[in-house]
Amino acid sequence: MIAILDYKAGNLTSVKRALDHLGFPCRITNSHNEIRKADKVVFPGVGAAGKSMESLAELGLDRLLPELLLAGVPILGICVGLQVLFDASEENQTRCLGILPGEVRRFPEEMHSRTGELLKIPHMGWNAVSFQNDHPVFQGIPAGSEFYFVHSYYPQPADRKISAGTTDYGITFTSAVALRNLAAVQFHPEKSGKPGLRLLDNFCRWNGVL
Amino acid sequence: MLSKRIIPCLDVRDGKTTKGIKFKGNIDIGDPVEMGRYYYEQGADEIVFYDITASSEQRPIMLDVVRRVAETIFIPFSVGGGIRTLEDMRDVLLAGAEKVSVNSAAVLNPDIIRQGAEAFGSQCVVLGMDVKKVQVSEKIPSGYEMVINGGRTYMGIDAFWWAKEAERLGAGEICLNSIDADGTQTGYELELTRLISENVRIPVIASGGAGEPRHLLDVLNQGRADAALIASMVHYGTYSIEGIKNFLSENGVKVRKTW
Repeated sequence: MIAILDYKAGNLTSVKRALDHLGFPCRITNSHNEIRKADKVVFPGVGAAGKSMESLAELGLDRLLPELLLAGVPILGICVGLQVLFDASEENQTRCLGILPGEVRRFPEEMHSRTGELLKIPHMGWNAVSFQNDHPVFQGIPAGSEFYFVHSYYPQPADRKISAGTTDYGITFTSAVALRNLAAVQFHPEKSGKPGLRLLDNFCRWNGVL
Repeated sequence: MLSKRIIPCLDVRDGKTTKGIKFKGNIDIGDPVEMGRYYYEQGADEIVFYDITASSEQRPIMLDVVRRVAETIFIPFSVGGGIRTLEDMRDVLLAGAEKVSVNSAAVLNPDIIRQGAEAFGSQCVVLGMDVKKVQVSEKIPSGYEMVINGGRTYMGIDAFWWAKEAERLGAGEICLNSIDADGTQTGYELELTRLISENVRIPVIASGGAGEPRHLLDVLNQGRADAALIASMVHYGTYSIEGIKNFLSENGVKVRKTW
């Protein structure tokens, strides 16, 4: 069973629907008991870092997540579920989980496209991800595949080695990270058509070992 | 770089899709769930469902459509039409839509934008704008006026002002529909699109008037739109999404080519 962490973070049902479609039993839950029994954990997220951290703390999930990570349980972070893994976020000046070294920053106000257009914030829509290594979760995804993004903040890992993929939007930023049994993405694989489903399928088949 | 989005729009009436010409004389052209699935497979970047009947009795039919669509397509889709309250928004989002579009209700009660953004996040809240070109006046300095009720009621509100105000209130995106161009298939309202898109920081989806791929090229380049809504040109099989994307790509517009 795959646990989809429920911490009142927006559209959790879309992750569930994608896993249902792929045929992996899953459950939206915040019961520690149930989460501890799960084979894998998806840590989704839509919304603000501040509120997310508050909810995580209220539910005790801020303590459970590092525990699962140490226990070797495969974990997939999505969007804000990636961002709060870092030390801190500029969004609401939030102190985050500190599982990954680095910070989450707001896109610079003045970014321009190659044709000189002022780039919009949020970064919303489809963009390519260059995956840097042959990680089990990111394998078999055709080069140049695009994924659906919606965010105004981006992760800046302090350790380059954890960056598993990058995306260009005015700047080049880390859009996928991986560390041991943890993989996390800034985009929404559950809303990214076939390449996104492939990524989720990969994760659901992964035992957390590299 | 970010791709420009091509978004088929399905008007839904009594659980079936229709396409009206200037909002009149609708004809049935199919099952919205099947059409949604079809466009998903054909490379649509997003899909918009617009409930054009949208009375309270129609709501359960529409929610059922949303649920069935959400089970079959794995790209973002938004739902609009008759959304008046926070409850309406919640129903649509819980049924599986990514985004909910508010239009008339937001003009009448702008606070719904703020409430929606606060409750569900700005990324969920699309402001639908129906706009008509009018004489420049003190009240309407841009020469574009907000209209509601499918273009029948003039609101005395400047469209340019309203777009900025909605952004301030927390709208995450604007779907900008020109009533003058809608259904004509003679091209988008480029001037209006550029005016709004260059003056807000949130993405703008151009709507109304698409009849051939060249129209999309124009609105994405000259109109500075982030996305283009299409309907008749694909609903009747005149063009395919892939064909449109190939044309745009050959003309230097970045679009998503693999799906």
